Amino acid sequence: MIEDLLQSNPGWANFGIFFLLGAVLLLVVLGFVTYGILAERKVMGYMQLRHGPNQVGGRWGLLQTVADVLKLLLKEDIIPKLADRPLFILAPVIAFAPSFMVLATIPFTDKFQFADIGIGLLYYIAVSGLTTIGVVAGGWASNNKYALLGGMRAAAQMISYEIPLVMSVLGIILLSGSLNLNDIVEAQKHGWYILLQPVAFIIFMIASVAELNRTPFDLPEAENELVAGYHVEYSGFRWAFFMLAEYVYLFAMSALITVIFLGGWLPPLSILGFIPGAVWFSLKFTLVLFIYIWFRVAFPRFRADKLMEFGWKVLLPIALANIFLTALIKTLFFS
Amino acid sequence: MSEKDLDQLKKEAAEKAKAAALAKRQAKLTGESAPQQDSKPADKPEVKAPANDDDDLAKRKAAAAAKAKAAALAKRAREQGEAAPPVEAPAADAGDDDLAKKKAAAAAKAKAAALAKKAREQGEEAPPVEAGGDDDLAKRKAAAAAKAKAAALAKMKAQEAGGSAAADGDDAKAKAVAAAKAKAAAAAKAKAAALAKQGGSDAPAGGDDEKAKAIAAAKAKAAAAAKAKAAAAGKAGAEEAPAAPAAPAAPSPNQPYLDKYVKVIEENLGPDVLEDYYINKLSKDVPTLVVKRDTYFKLAQFLKYNERLGFDYLSELHGTDFETHMEVYVHLFSYKNRQSVALKVKIDREKPSIDSLQPVWAGANWPECEAYDLLGIQFTGHPNLHRILLGEDWVGHPLRKDYEQYDVEV
Amino acid sequence: MLRTEEMLLNVGPQHPSTHGVFRLVIKIDGEIIKEAKPVIGYLHRGTEKLAENLQYTQIIPYTDRLDYLSAMTNNYVLCHAVETMMGTQIPERAEYLRVLAMELGRVASHLVWWGTFLLDIGAVSPFLYAFREREMIINMLNELSGARLTFNYMRVGGVKWDAPEGWIEKVRDFVPYMREQLEGYHYLVSGNEIFINRVKGVGRYTKEDALNYSLSGVNLRSTGVKWDLRKDEPYSIYNRFNFDVPVHDGGDAWARYQLRLAEIEESLKIIEQAVEQFPAEGEILAKVPKIIKAPKGEAFVRIESPRGEIGCYIASDGKKEPYRLKFRRPSFYNLQILPKLLKGENIANLIAILGAIDIVLGEVDG
Repeated sequence: MIEDLLQSNPGWANFGIFFLLGAVLLLVVLGFVTYGILAERKVMGYMQLRHGPNQVGGRWGLLQTVADVLKLLLKEDIIPKLADRPLFILAPVIAFAPSFMVLATIPFTDKFQFADIGIGLLYYIAVSGLTTIGVVAGGWASNNKYALLGGMRAAAQMISYEIPLVMSVLGIILLSGSLNLNDIVEAQKHGWYILLQPVAFIIFMIASVAELNRTPFDLPEAENELVAGYHVEYSGFRWAFFMLAEYVYLFAMSALITVIFLGGWLPPLSILGFIPGAVWFSLKFTLVLFIYIWFRVAFPRFRADKLMEFGWKVLLPIALANIFLTALIKTLFFS
Repeated sequence: MSEKDLDQLKKEAAEKAKAAALAKRQAKLTGESAPQQDSKPADKPEVKAPANDDDDLAKRKAAAAAKAKAAALAKRAREQGEAAPPVEAPAADAGDDDLAKKKAAAAAKAKAAALAKKAREQGEEAPPVEAGGDDDLAKRKAAAAAKAKAAALAKMKAQEAGGSAAADGDDAKAKAVAAAKAKAAAAAKAKAAALAKQGGSDAPAGGDDEKAKAIAAAKAKAAAAAKAKAAAAGKAGAEEAPAAPAAPAAPSPNQPYLDKYVKVIEENLGPDVLEDYYINKLSKDVPTLVVKRDTYFKLAQFLKYNERLGFDYLSELHGTDFETHMEVYVHLFSYKNRQSVALKVKIDREKPSIDSLQPVWAGANWPECEAYDLLGIQFTGHPNLHRILLGEDWVGHPLRKDYEQYDVEV
Repeated sequence: MLRTEEMLLNVGPQHPSTHGVFRLVIKIDGEIIKEAKPVIGYLHRGTEKLAENLQYTQIIPYTDRLDYLSAMTNNYVLCHAVETMMGTQIPERAEYLRVLAMELGRVASHLVWWGTFLLDIGAVSPFLYAFREREMIINMLNELSGARLTFNYMRVGGVKWDAPEGWIEKVRDFVPYMREQLEGYHYLVSGNEIFINRVKGVGRYTKEDALNYSLSGVNLRSTGVKWDLRKDEPYSIYNRFNFDVPVHDGGDAWARYQLRLAEIEESLKIIEQAVEQFPAEGEILAKVPKIIKAPKGEAFVRIESPRGEIGCYIASDGKKEPYRLKFRRPSFYNLQILPKLLKGENIANLIAILGAIDIVLGEVDG
């Protein structure tokens, strides 16, 4: 349906429809973020011998995040006197916008997708890299030493880990012969790529955690070292934007892993095909999300220099070897 | 054959000892004649024993113990007599009384020593007797028994002395002493017996050798007992010592260490480095050196780098305002020798200044800053002397006794 | 050649990882620390000055507030100093209660360290696990003394309160439980690669440095010096218990981590034996005068607190207040080596090094 719209002549009606759809998706994403955060707090709570939110919104704390967001919106907007004002205001927007943009290519089911572009995977990785600029800008604009250190750490880390991330998916691209996410899902009809490319999956998983700035790679905002890293001077709504970007990325990354490694909306066995693809997708998606939360509870933080070492000296060579091996296998047995 | 003989001999010896004990007790009861009585048993063993080193040692130790007792008693006496700081001045009646008691105690000690000696002599005389191992062994055993008895006797004496004084501290001390003695004696006896038995089985063979060994062992035991006694006395003394550290030193277990330190220091740095030195009884018997101001740093260096001292660890450094003067107290520890020493130096209160120990022990850095901050002591040579706790803008030095609070109400 | 500028960074006095109001002014080049200057005194309350106008019993609550994570050892060191001067004999039961309280306190203190150290390293969960067990200890000590942190439990001559009914059984049951949890800790954290990467070889110093800088406790034992005052200069009734002094010769944060956990185990051993030997009844306070007066003279005693060697110096002029009271505060001495350790390290290591020293600011500042 969106394909048709994209193909049609531009006009106010089309613009209206796109805008509406975008707004709907934003609301869906916000809904996800609200309950994603709640889920994270609940899971973390139970793993850490506590209950998590259980006051606002009933026994499960269903309205806790809503209340939190409301509080953030009502907070006084503070901009440090010596901050670089325009950049300080712009940074959260730069950080957030790409996170929302990447959602456009992700095929949630075979029918529900916004833009089925040929280079979907490349688009995702390229656009998501933009967030780094927002983070560095925010760290710089704050005129705070901790923020600056956090921003620098973020830049170094995100750039370093983008390389193994891309390298690890190259194997999949080789196997499926396409950068289009729909094609990749279709290619997994006879076996998910997590089984065919386990090494790639592990590398991708690790690198994605680093991309998401989550424990054990949460150095840019390491509370115990840099207080709060790049967003130490941010508060209220601007801070909420950084957080929002982070959780939207969590959403997008979980969806991406589901698509490229877990077969997207496809059922694990063809006899289970009567269950709609959306259910499969959300089940797999939830599983990936849970693993991310689990990581956060279980691990301590990496050290900056070890992190770099790990990215360049361990992940990248393995990813390269994986590409080589995949190419070899493909040429020898499948051509 | 041997067992029976041995037993008999033992019994005899025991009886003898008992008799002696009785006599002694009588002597004690009569009191005044103590010194006389003292000489009598001492005469007996004067059968020209080969003056042996060990023997002397034992004697000396016993004597030391006796002295210690005497000192402790004297101290107590002083306490009772309150106004009489020197031991020799028996001011009040109480003092007299105690003096007598002390004498008696000393006598008892001497007697015990004599007895021990005699017993030993018996053992020593034995070797030339041709009868072979058995006889000697028996004798030796007897000797051991006698010794034990003597110990018991001494204990009794001590207890009596203590009891009549009705002072809790003494009682405890006496008991401790007695316990130590009894233990040592018992051990000696056991060992002697064991040896005797062993000797009996292969009598003609290595008799002499074994004998000698046994004798040595017994002697060693006796010495150990004496030492233990002394130690116990010292400890007990320390615990009950409420008086100022100037009290006449009941030998503390740390006394040898103090002597060693002082000796090493005087050998190397000359005699006028230390102002004073003593064992601080209140502070777990820590050897305390009071050093002169201008040799403080030199001594500190010496304490750390001298191989026989090797105080490689500065445990504590602080200052105190004693109103007449300031004092810096340093507690050092040697991990090599596992020994502590307290180093004190008196400094002028008006312009308190002293060398810094930071170059010697890096650990003195902050404590010296603290002393500077709270007491105003200048440590010359300190790399970064600053007001570490209160901040540079604070007025005055709070731990000085003449410090006036900025806001009295608070 | 690129010109880089050094930057002055204030870590603290309000910073999540300084565990209180400790300030560290560091000069950094990128993330590499060129120079570090610790600034302390934000929590100085003048305990020693205050004590000069207080009777000995009145000083005890102040000692609670020095090292607030192991107040029992602080209580003890003061009482021990006065008792040493007075030559007081402590009743058996009181000695056992003291040892139990101190050792429970030691376990609790090491648990807090374990939790917060891992929190500094970035692992949140262990903190909550450690606090679960610590809470049980705190509750037990609460039953014993009526307070959760500032116990004010010991008195010159014994302890203030006897153990309530069933308390000993609770302590007895706690030991196997804690052992089990300890195993869990090792399982959860001690083998974690990331964690080992963070601590191994970090903050390393030699035995000579440790002695020179007057380090004590675990900080000293981590360089291979087998020295524990409980064992080597036994006070109270510690010579009745059979326990080890764990040592390690790594000299780094990893060694200190292992030692602290091993010490929990040893403390549990002591608690177990103390519970077994605990006298069924008896006095808990020696016959001491109503108003305690230490005899004229001076004394310095030192004991083993969880953080190292805590000492108490009293100079008395025979009055009911001390003429001068001084605490040798282990955290204060242990912190001195920090500038030396930080030189050339990066900021992430700063946190690990500072955390591994285990300071309590109340004690550093006195």
